[in-house]
Amino acid sequence: MAKLKVALYWAASCGGCEISILDIGAKILDFVAGAEIVFWPCAMDFKYHHVEAMPDGSIDLTLFNGAIRTSENEYMAKLFRRKSKVLVAYGSCAYEGGIPGLANVTDREGIFKRVYDTTPSTKNPKGIRPQTKTKVPEGELRLPEFYDTVKTLAQTVDVDYFVPGCPPTGERTWEVLEAILGNNLPEKGSVVGAGQKTVCDECPRTKNEKKIKAFVRPHLVIPDPDVCLLEQGIFCAGFATRDGCGAQCIQVNMPCRGCYGPPPKVIDQGAKIVSALGSIIDAEEPEEINRILDQIPNPIGYFYRFGLPYSILRRRVIK
Amino acid sequence: MFEPKIVCFLCKWCTYAGADLAGTSRLEYAPNGVNIRIMCSSRVDPEHILWAFDRGADGVFVGGCHPGDCHYQDGNYKTLRRIELFQRVLKQFGLENGRLRLEWVSAAEGRKFAQLMDEFTEQIRALGPIKLGSRKGGQDGGSTKKEETS
Repeated sequence: MAKLKVALYWAASCGGCEISILDIGAKILDFVAGAEIVFWPCAMDFKYHHVEAMPDGSIDLTLFNGAIRTSENEYMAKLFRRKSKVLVAYGSCAYEGGIPGLANVTDREGIFKRVYDTTPSTKNPKGIRPQTKTKVPEGELRLPEFYDTVKTLAQTVDVDYFVPGCPPTGERTWEVLEAILGNNLPEKGSVVGAGQKTVCDECPRTKNEKKIKAFVRPHLVIPDPDVCLLEQGIFCAGFATRDGCGAQCIQVNMPCRGCYGPPPKVIDQGAKIVSALGSIIDAEEPEEINRILDQIPNPIGYFYRFGLPYSILRRRVIK
Repeated sequence: MFEPKIVCFLCKWCTYAGADLAGTSRLEYAPNGVNIRIMCSSRVDPEHILWAFDRGADGVFVGGCHPGDCHYQDGNYKTLRRIELFQRVLKQFGLENGRLRLEWVSAAEGRKFAQLMDEFTEQIRALGPIKLGSRKGGQDGGSTKKEETS
């Protein structure tokens, strides 16, 4: 049997997803036994023109990680859609926008102003900003255009499968690769490499009725390792997050941050978090409710940490 | 003149009955609200409110029983806490807090319901049509259609 042609690409991402491929451990040898890597800029020396030269549909599988923030990301997403039989949004950023998606609380100008002007370590008296085209004696230099809005891969091109996680766990990644190598593919559009319930279902802690009088931030306390973190006033997103990760963060006494995205049938993870917190805050008077809510300093940052572009409103209103 | 589109989620036991009373009492009030009867104001998931805004509502009104009067004992307190928290989220999304309003209206308060509808309609009229980030056209916009995930 001919080897499967596999490409891996990173758009707006941190590189963690690339590392997570190696988390499958020695199984990587089984993987390369059945697959030939035709593009992987993080690890191997290929250029974009190598992909452009391939016939359309000639790549069997592309694992695409990272969100779509620049014209380069968008170009590569469209290129890989054209060249690939199966395109997988791999990791939280490609699936739901991820951490880069939090940029949707501001816009290009807001980000540039911060990065090239107001950060304390920046000295930029001429106010130089990146340009898409710059003339130099040797010719013209070009940079990709930076968009106002970060998008998910599926908001840019048609996507076959989604693998959540920041990053996806090694075991789940292997399940996905195994399914693909064995040509045992689920229904198009499925979320693969994850469960059908919430992280609470995987969480080994003792759970009682929840009544929250105060929220505490995780770096300020050492939580009881056996009791539900939420009951201890630590904001944990497990109840509104898809399972499949094995509750790894929770097992090392850190709250779930929600990287596996919303559970099945839920679109807006943040809205579900608001709904659940509303049920368990232990106060009836508006003043006391607001005093408790003041202890959540940045609701969007907590509730939409990995999925702002994927949420119903997608981004802040641009004035 | 701009006519606001308003979605009203009204609890079956109090506010919807209050709206009924406004009708049977033949009170005249602004016709901009579309009433949706729900079993309890706490049935309103913040996702419903987002859907309403995303599909063109300029304002969302949630009506429940007065504190202490909930048919299910404490549903309206859950609603209160959710709306308080959700207002903070909406503010970060750049939406005016005046677009979402929670009020307690009992089954006997038909007049209060009519007044609130007039008042809320004027409040939304003053804010103008809703503008969402995802509605921005061109390269960065994109449709608001969501992909099915399961």
